[in-house]
Amino acid sequence: MTDMSYLDGNMLDGPMRELFAVDLSSAMGRCDHCGMTGPVAGLHVYSHAPGLIGRCPACTEVMVRLVRAPDRAWLDLRGTTFLQIPMPLDQPHPRPL
Amino acid sequence: MGIVSPGFQGRPRTAEPALPPGQYLTEDFPVLSAGPTPRVSLDTWEFVLTAETGAEYRWSWDELMGLPQETPHVDIHCVTRWSKLGTDWQGVSLDTLLDGVDTAARYALAHSYGGYTTNLPLDDLRGGRAWVVHTYDGGPLPAEHGGPARLLVPHLYFWKSAKWVRGVRLLADDQPGFWETAGYHDYGDPWREQRYQGD
Repeated sequence: MTDMSYLDGNMLDGPMRELFAVDLSSAMGRCDHCGMTGPVAGLHVYSHAPGLIGRCPACTEVMVRLVRAPDRAWLDLRGTTFLQIPMPLDQPHPRPL
Repeated sequence: MGIVSPGFQGRPRTAEPALPPGQYLTEDFPVLSAGPTPRVSLDTWEFVLTAETGAEYRWSWDELMGLPQETPHVDIHCVTRWSKLGTDWQGVSLDTLLDGVDTAARYALAHSYGGYTTNLPLDDLRGGRAWVVHTYDGGPLPAEHGGPARLLVPHLYFWKSAKWVRGVRLLADDQPGFWETAGYHDYGDPWREQRYQGD
């Protein structure tokens, strides 16, 4: 029997595209280490490195890691509990099915 | 207008140094860092080897200085594509530090002051190929380059040569480190251009 309780990752494309098309510098992020919530634009980003490292301005723990290869990118947000992104009501938003 | 003749006997071309694929030569020493530079006092500095059994082997700064010292003269290759040839270091071989450590581990995870980690097969720390170095080019290793002491594993991309090294955990199973969990290659052989996962 086919398990119909989930869909494949293709369905994420639209919602994720919408999410990541926003200007993240206007988003707020919560540091998973110390709990401080502040603008993504306020992160301390170390760029003289093999990737981009965004650190919490309060506790200096890593919140964001972004590695860019010529044909791929890796985004690691494990140090971020959540991102709060401004989404005006008149803007379509992803809904649970 | 004179005619420029190359002549019959030009100076021989300088042979290009052998570099791994995709690398360029640099004469300076770029500083790369994924975070704030830790400032570690030599009074409190320590290096600890932790076996997979949990047994710990510790060295203070003075104890490290009391071990046999080696002076590796090596080329280094950064995954951001610069290579620097003929660098001079002084430090203690991992063979010396691992001597007498009872372990059946196959993997190692180096960890640093400041929280950085990087993983290697334990075999790559043996055989005269890895050191804990405290001196660069005749002087104390500057903090921005990993001082007081850093790992030096020059046969792998330089992110494996953990700055501000504090210890090495010996592990039965491979445990990817800071860059290895963010897309970089698990092993990182510059001659095979193992930059990213799947390379």
